[in-house]
Amino acid sequence: MTDTPEHNAASSAGHPEIRQRRVRISLIWLVPIVAALVGLSMVVQSWLSAGPQITVSFETAEGLEANKTEVKYKNVVIGRVTGINLTEDQTRVVATIDLDQGTEPFTREDAHFWVVRPRIGASGVSGIGTLLSGAYIGADPGQATETRREFLGLEAPPAVTFGVEGKRFTLRTGDLGSLGIGSPLYFRRIPVGQVVSYTLTGDGKGVEVQVFVNAPYDEFVTDDTRFWNASGVDVSVAADGLKVNTESLSAILAGGIAFRAPNYSPNAMSAEEGREFTLYNNVRQAMAPSDGPPHFVQMRFDQTLRGLNVDAPVEFLGVPIGQVVSVKLDYDEQSQSFPVVVGAVVYPNRLGDAYDKLLERLGSDSEQDTVRLFQLLVERGLRAQAKTGNLLTGQLYISLDFDRKAPAVVFDANARPLTIPTIAGRFDKLQDQLQEIVDKLSRLPIESLVDNLDGSLSELRSTLKQVNADVLPQLQRTLEQSEQTLQNANQSLAPDSPERQELGDTLREVQRAVRSVRVLSDYLGRHPEALLRGRNDGAAPGSFEGGATSRELNSEPQP
Amino acid sequence: MSSPPFASELDLQLCHDCGQVCQSGAIECPRCDALLHHRKPDSLARTWALLITALILYVPANLLPVMYTDMFGSGSENTILSGVIEFWRDGSWDIAVIIFIASVVVPCAKFLVLGVLLVTVQRRSRWAMRERARLYRFIETIGYWSMLDVLVVALVAALVQFRALSTIEPRLGILFFGLVVVLTMIAAMTFDPRLIWDAEINDDRHA
Repeated sequence: MTDTPEHNAASSAGHPEIRQRRVRISLIWLVPIVAALVGLSMVVQSWLSAGPQITVSFETAEGLEANKTEVKYKNVVIGRVTGINLTEDQTRVVATIDLDQGTEPFTREDAHFWVVRPRIGASGVSGIGTLLSGAYIGADPGQATETRREFLGLEAPPAVTFGVEGKRFTLRTGDLGSLGIGSPLYFRRIPVGQVVSYTLTGDGKGVEVQVFVNAPYDEFVTDDTRFWNASGVDVSVAADGLKVNTESLSAILAGGIAFRAPNYSPNAMSAEEGREFTLYNNVRQAMAPSDGPPHFVQMRFDQTLRGLNVDAPVEFLGVPIGQVVSVKLDYDEQSQSFPVVVGAVVYPNRLGDAYDKLLERLGSDSEQDTVRLFQLLVERGLRAQAKTGNLLTGQLYISLDFDRKAPAVVFDANARPLTIPTIAGRFDKLQDQLQEIVDKLSRLPIESLVDNLDGSLSELRSTLKQVNADVLPQLQRTLEQSEQTLQNANQSLAPDSPERQELGDTLREVQRAVRSVRVLSDYLGRHPEALLRGRNDGAAPGSFEGGATSRELNSEPQP
Repeated sequence: MSSPPFASELDLQLCHDCGQVCQSGAIECPRCDALLHHRKPDSLARTWALLITALILYVPANLLPVMYTDMFGSGSENTILSGVIEFWRDGSWDIAVIIFIASVVVPCAKFLVLGVLLVTVQRRSRWAMRERARLYRFIETIGYWSMLDVLVVALVAALVQFRALSTIEPRLGILFFGLVVVLTMIAAMTFDPRLIWDAEINDDRHA
């Protein structure tokens, strides 16, 4: 019964041996205690080193594997995906991530997570390393003070990572064009930033493009800086030839934005972070002076407006101040006609100094004042007119001109949009005038005219008969008589007639007289004293001798 | 009962080292000078302690990764069970079964068997003594099979070192697993199977 080893040992060797055994018992039990301590310490350590657990939802779990996919920041592993599940509505994938200790910045509200996969885009190739190693989740810490546990994963890496110095700006534009996330931003053709994100504005009437400008270039974004879309190739044919304008090859493919401050704003301050700018379509628009706020106006035309297109210019005294944005038909019950309603956007600021001066008269620059300005102009005879801009194509434009003869209209200052009264176009006027002429012509008493004319013609005929019968024979007789008279004259002028002979003699006498006068004058020229003293030799000059011929005269006076 | 007399009844004991039959009062073996014990000293307590240690260590051995495989830059750590599942999923069900037997079935069997033996011995149960003795021999035989895992990891980690292409590194889990195997083996060794039959003596005496 009590024949156990313990009993035997106790009886033979005494107490000290038993004590030794008891000590040994406690020693061997140290082994499990140590093991338990090691295990406990590991549990405690892993519990202490465990970071926060977060969930990130993605469109797809492509490349993600539970317990394998790592979360990296700057290629340092900061966590691991521990589970991948579908959301309750099966639309997205939720990855559960155990972050390491000390990764609290990654749980801040504005932290980003995305899956790094190989990507080939117009602006480059990224994530090549993941071709072999498989995808991993990239993380970017945030700066917010609020933290959260559930994140929405990005489908593409963020363009700007945490800690990069620079400024963000918001650009407003009508449509995105060929821009995309990562599209470069150029300043004097140097890439200085990129498009970070874009969102549709709340009312869906525009796009807000977030851009990031890296330091130190962000200093060059001033309050007056203009941004424009530098995507693609800008080809323009002008009087000075063909112009091709582009930023860079990558901007042609991936789109891009360029910015610059106009040269005429030297003292502009550097813009603060988050400022909003307008994104223009091209450099020309961007560099043009600001248009100011647009005003929508409406015009009703009672004529066909064939050739008036949307975007046709609206000119005020020849200055383009806006463009047509809509051309619609309306139905007027009273007159049972179809007036054309033309909507246009005008930028009063384009009037420049004129607008400023007009506003000065009215007061400050506000919506009400612009309306009053329109009222004033309309009262002075401002009328819209559809005019032909191009005779070949028949393109029309809207011209706002003063017409003093235009009938007065009531301007409703409270109506929105503002309605500008219209008058018919120049061509239509011409048409009206032609019509008037035709009407007048048709009113002419052509039949009586023709009757009168007929009477006159018959009278004329009887007159002519009379002429033929009486006047012509008399005329013939008169002609015969005159012919006879001429014959007589002819006879008296014949070479052998006595009258002719006498005439010849008379002429010869006159010749002789003239010759002697010449001799006298020659002599007096040589001897002017002869006038006082008389001739020296006392002899009469030879020419005075009767019957002397001119030959004799020439050979006679030899001293 | 036609069973032969027990050594304790004849005041004899066996030297554990050389097998010499000695007087039960003797302290040292007259042949090899080894210390003499009637039974393995403190057998139950030591076995219990080692078994419990092994059980404790078996938890991290299974939870912690045993191996880190890096193939073409995609690294992954595998615990024993995840390795088994991976092999099974990949279609290598035979390898999966081998690993599962060596690293899960055998250690668990050892825990169970040793636990049952210890409890029954302490309770001096006479239930299925022959089968229990056979079980003991069985677990002593299969004890070191579990070292298969440790050997595989050691070999593979030593051989597969191709830098960027692929690397395999042992992880902490395999150390715990190795400790579990060694501890269970020692526990089996410290257990004295003769204790199973001691219940018979006492019952006889009692009767």
